[in-house]
Formats: sequence, structure tokens, C-alpha cells
Amino acid sequence: MSDLRLDVRKTYKMYVGGQFIRSESGRFLPAKSSAGEHLDNICHASRKDLRDAVVAARPATDGWAKKTAYLRSQILYRAAEMLENRASALIAEIARSTGVSNGQARKEVTLAIDRLVYFAGWSDKFSQVFGSVNPVASSHFNFTTPEPTGIVVVLAPDEPSLVALVSLVAPIILTGNSAIVVASEKYPLPALTFAEILATSDLPGGVINILSGKHAELLPHIASHMDINAIVDASGSAETQVALQKGVATNLKRYTVRTLSDKDWFTKAGEDPYWIMDTVEFKTAWHPIGI
Amino acid sequence: MKMKLKPVKLSAKRAVAPVGHPVVPLKERRLNFGNKWDYAPAPEDSKSYVIAPQHELFINGKFVAPASGKYFESINPATEQTLTTIAAANAEDVDKAVKSARRAYDKVWSKMPDRERGKYLYRIARIIQEKSRELAVLESMDGGKTIKESRDVDLPLVAAHFFYYAGWADKLKYAFPGKTPQPLGVAGQIIPWNFPLLMAAWKIAPALACGNTVVLKPAETTSLTAMRLAQIFQEAGLPEGVVNIVTGAGETGAALVNHPDIDKLAFTGSTEVGKRIAEAVAGTKKKLTLELGGKAANILFEDAPLDQAIEGVINGIYFNQGHVCCAGSRLFVQEGIYSTVIKKLRDRIQTLRVGNPLDKNTDIGAINSKPQLEKIRELVQSGVDEGAQLTQTACALPAKGYWYPPTFLTGVTHAHRVATEEIFGPVLSIMTFRTPEEAFERANNTPYGLSAGVWTDKGSKIFKMVSKLRAGVVWANTYNKFDPTSPFGGYKESGFGREGGLQGLSAYVRLT
Repeated sequence: MSDLRLDVRKTYKMYVGGQFIRSESGRFLPAKSSAGEHLDNICHASRKDLRDAVVAARPATDGWAKKTAYLRSQILYRAAEMLENRASALIAEIARSTGVSNGQARKEVTLAIDRLVYFAGWSDKFSQVFGSVNPVASSHFNFTTPEPTGIVVVLAPDEPSLVALVSLVAPIILTGNSAIVVASEKYPLPALTFAEILATSDLPGGVINILSGKHAELLPHIASHMDINAIVDASGSAETQVALQKGVATNLKRYTVRTLSDKDWFTKAGEDPYWIMDTVEFKTAWHPIGI
Repeated sequence: MKMKLKPVKLSAKRAVAPVGHPVVPLKERRLNFGNKWDYAPAPEDSKSYVIAPQHELFINGKFVAPASGKYFESINPATEQTLTTIAAANAEDVDKAVKSARRAYDKVWSKMPDRERGKYLYRIARIIQEKSRELAVLESMDGGKTIKESRDVDLPLVAAHFFYYAGWADKLKYAFPGKTPQPLGVAGQIIPWNFPLLMAAWKIAPALACGNTVVLKPAETTSLTAMRLAQIFQEAGLPEGVVNIVTGAGETGAALVNHPDIDKLAFTGSTEVGKRIAEAVAGTKKKLTLELGGKAANILFEDAPLDQAIEGVINGIYFNQGHVCCAGSRLFVQEGIYSTVIKKLRDRIQTLRVGNPLDKNTDIGAINSKPQLEKIRELVQSGVDEGAQLTQTACALPAKGYWYPPTFLTGVTHAHRVATEEIFGPVLSIMTFRTPEEAFERANNTPYGLSAGVWTDKGSKIFKMVSKLRAGVVWANTYNKFDPTSPFGGYKESGFGREGGLQGLSAYVRLT
């Protein structure tokens, strides 16, 4: 091929309801490498895009939660298979975006895959481990089960760009929730490439939605949206935390902060099964025992 | 029972109606006991319990006067008579209480062997059992709830709660497999007036079992029994400052919420106040659990065991004068049984006895306060104005005190305020439905999600409804049952976190 060939540059689209979409606002932003090189373009999500994502996520969570735990587990495992298969694309994306070495990027991708496999296995176990049959002092059968809370917005940290994202999203969706991820503002490309791989897995559209753009612009709308059930905030920013916590006062969204250092995400601290508990609701049912 | 009804002699020969006693057609039969339904008064003795004329704050193991020197009156809502005066804590008092709790946490409670911590709770539970009747009487006098309920429901559950969590104190690591649970520190706890002692137990028992210390603020209209509980803590030898009790109104609560040295806040009360608290703790490290309002759907299917269901509906809404956040205040009746259900409900509420809370035969006690009574009246009036039909019992209400008769509204639509707003009184809004899908969709069409009820004899339908209802507690073929082993708490705007059971421990630990 001739050296004169011009690169075909890509504008990464956002992933909403199983579709790849541009921002309804028509806005774009440059995605830059850690060295400041203009790599590609990304969509600049608007308030309307967030609202559209919620509209897409609501029916998705209903359908996803209805699937058997066994099936959710298999679908998450299938997603890990797809990641393994497309690992080289992710390694290249992480390396060129964040400036880490190929070796480090490979380490991150393989860990992300293994972590997805780890959480996939929790789908049909968390309700046994965290639920209970309660010995009430009356003649009733009484049991408590964790159920998905609904739509969860995830604020991903800048780094590590992939393994943090997977570690945040997997414990949310494995119970039947759907997630709306606001990709890292600094390094959005690995998240968007991850979306392209997910699209070829069996994960139903709308279970994971990925928006890109400016966090500060979206935060007040995330906080005030009445049909978002929970927020998991790994931004690490105190300002972001205060802005999002206002959402608790709006409609009592469940709000959780994950404060892990860049290194922590690569340790056992990054795969805490108790994180599953942050986006479930415990339901207790009573029934009399008698003839 | 002193019912003046002639005993019916059962005999095999009475297969046909005796001559001269024509059978009344079923549809015309009405329960009408007339004055035969009058019982002789059976009041619980309240004379033998002395209520001190003035109550102080409980800080660092001692009863101390408030910094402001101010006291407010606590009245008996059944008589409007002043029972006692209660200290009004200001920010300075709250600060003292928090400091005392912090000291107790650092120096004593967090270092106490967990088994010994548990033994204090066992000891407290035992003393509560021994003083149970006295506490029940005081609870009824202070809050207006019937002695039947305070004696048979509230107090046994209060003691049971302490017993249950006492046993957890030295077994916490088994509650959190793979983790080491640590206490959070000082817990600020704000409780409502509908179950004063029970809510105190729900808050204090798990907090102490997990190794935290406590500053508790009771509701201003029902502080009396909390101060008795303080005496019990003294009697049990609970180390000074492990539990502090600050009485007062909203200002006291705000001082507690905003105190910088609180690690954990637990609030039970209205959704409105809960949201304000959530806003106040934004940006702080305070861990928060909220148990807020509700507008529970009680769903009655055609294949339900009807007489049991009617009792469940009655208990669901009229229990504790309807001052229950999980009250079954929206009744959804499947169309085919609607007229039968209305007839049975209409007859059943006529037999509910409203009056002296201390009378052992009373079913419905006094409304907790005048503002609450006015709120109930206002909301019921809105229902009537918006086109709902009102059914109330014909019983006479006492001249003094705050009373509201058992009430239900029919012809209610979702557009009516009585279908969506929490009334927190003995008022049931009745609607109909055709299919199970319609039932759960309408049941879920509320910002609340605390509880729900389902009545059907078909097991698979129960499980379907239980899984579809977005509520933290679902009672199937029963209602308003509580137990310390059973977690309680809401979905959506009914709050977050659970109280009771294994899951109730999470609110009071940090996992490492």
C-alpha cells in the first residue's frame, strides 16, 4: 500500500438501547491521547441523550431481570468470551489512549475478562448468599430476597479505563439491573470500544448503555432524573459527589461512592461481591402456615 | 367477652329453620348488634404508675437539664390532659450528647468484648419484659394507641428486638462471609411517634450490637417511654454515654443531623423530612438509612379466602389508628367480588370500638395529635370533594381528645389525593381491578414502595404478585406482621436500608 494513503478516522458513537447513536445535539468532541494527540472524535452527550438512555434502559431492565439467573450468568460469560476474542483491539485502544505500554494494557484487558467471568458466576449465587429465610416467632413462612433496583448510572474513573468499568458494571447488571455508563471524560475510547464488543455478545440491548461527553454538564440531570434508581460514583471527585448526592434528595436514588486508587482496581479490592448489595432491594415476603 | 348474646344450642335436629322464625334472605342480612355490642368498661389500671412531672435529657448516663432551660408539654391525646413536661434540647445539648457518645465509643464500647456487649442487650431485653405492662400503659397514655396493641404487639416486639440483636453481637463475622465487620462510630437516630418504643428498639438494638454508640431523638409528642427506656439502660448498668437521648422538636433533630461528629444517621418518618435529611448529609461522610412513608396496596383477588381477607384488610388499615407507614391504605378489589367486599367491610367496621385507649376492648384509640387529626380530616374532605363516597362507623366519639372513626372511601380514582397521598389515619381508599397485571401495575404506580398485601388462595399467583410488587415487604394472605428476624424497609421513595433481621445489620457496620 502506498505511503500516501490517508487514515480513515472514526467518530465513536454512543451505545444506547443496543444501537450506536450520535448525540441528538449533533455535538462532537475530540478524543485525545495522554500526550495530547488528537486520536478520533467522540459524541458529546446532551441532557436529551441521557433521558433517551433512561427510556431505553427501563424496558431493558424489566426484560433482563425476568431472565433466569442461570441465563444472565451465561450471557455475562458470553460477553467475556467476546472480549477474549477481541482482546487485541482493546489492548491497542487502551495503549494509544492512556499511553500505557502494550504489556500493561494486555494485563488490564485479561484482568477485565477474568473479572467478568468472576462476576458472571455470582448471578445465580448472590441471592443464596445474601438472601435469607427468617425464623419469625409466629406461624408464617418468611423469606428475604435481593432484587434489582432498576436503572443505575455509573460514573467511571479515568484510569484504569477498562478494568474499572467492567468491575463497576458487572456487579450492577448481574442481578438484573441495567446500567447507563458515563464514560471517562479523559479516556473515553476504551469504554466505547468495549461497547462495540458488547454489541456482538448476547447481552440484550439497553442493559448496558454508554454515553460520552462532559461529566459536569450531565451531573445535574443525572441527579434530578426521576426514573433513575441508583448511582454508582467512581469519579473520585468531591464536587461530583456533592452534585450527585443531591439526587438522593430528589427521589431517594441509592447512591454509592467507590473510592479506589488506580492500583486498587487491579487487586482483590476491585472485585468485591458486596458491591452487588449496593444496587439491590431486599424484598421480604410473609405467608401464613396452616391448613 | 361480655356480649349479651343468648348461647345458641347446637343440635342435629336443627337442620331446618324452626317454625315462626322465617329465614332472612342472605342479601338482606346485616350485622346489627344494636346496644348489645356495648361492653362493660375494662380499663387497664394506670393509677399505679407514677409519671414524673418533668423529664430531663439523658446524656452520659445521667438525667440533665437542657441548656436552654426550656421544657414543652406532653399531652395524652385521648384526654388532652398534660401528662408531663419534657426537656427541649438545643444544639448545645445535642453537642454534649454526641461528645458523650463519642467518648463512650472510643473509651468503652468499641473496646468491650463483643460477647459482653451482647450480654448488656440481653439484660436490657429482660428488664423490658419485666416492666412490659407499665411501659405498655405509658405508651398508650402518651401516644393514644390501644392497650391491646401496646401490650400485645409493641412491647413483646420491643423486648424481642433486643433479644434478637443481643445474640448477633458476638456472631457478626458470620453475617458477612469473607469480611470483617467494624462498627461505624456514633449513630444519630431520629424516630417517629407511631411506635415510640418499638422504633427506639429497632434503632438502638442493632446499633449497639454492632458496637456503635447512640444519640436518639424521640418524636416530640411521644418522648415519655423513651425516657423510661433511659432508666432501664441505667438499671442495666449500660456504660455511661453508650446511649444518649435528646428530646425536642424539629430543631433538635436538625442539630443532630447537622452535627459534624456523627458517623451514621438513621431516620424513620415522613418522606418530606427524609429528603431534607438526605440533602443535609450530601457531601459528608455520614452513612444514611431512611425508613419513610408509604401508600401500600392491599390486593384482593376473587379467589381469596374472603373472611380472612376482610380481617386482614381491617387490620391492614385500622391497626394503630392507621398511624402505620406500611398501612394497607389502598385496597384493590377484583371486580367480581366488589359488592360483597364492600358489604362485609361496611358491616365489619361497625363493630370496631373507638375510645379509651386504656380499655382492653378498644380497637381504635386516639389520633396521636391535633395536627395529625386535622391532616386526616383535610385529606378525607378532599376525597369527598373530588367525588369519592364516604363510609364511616356510626359510633359515638368521646367529647375530649382527638378521634377519627374508621372510614373508607369508595369510587376513588388514581387522580384523587386520597389514592396517592399518605393519610396516616384510619382511612381506606378502595378501588377495583380486573386482571393481575392491572393490579400490580396500579399498585406500583406510586413513588412509595414500602409494603403491599396480596390475598388469593392460588399459590402460583402469590409468587407472581410477590415478585412483581415493588415493595420491601409483601404480606400474602396476612398483613401488618412484624418480627425482629424479618427485615423491613422500602423501595423507591419509601427510603433505603433495612431494619430487622440479618440484613438490618448492614446499616451499622463497615466491612473491611
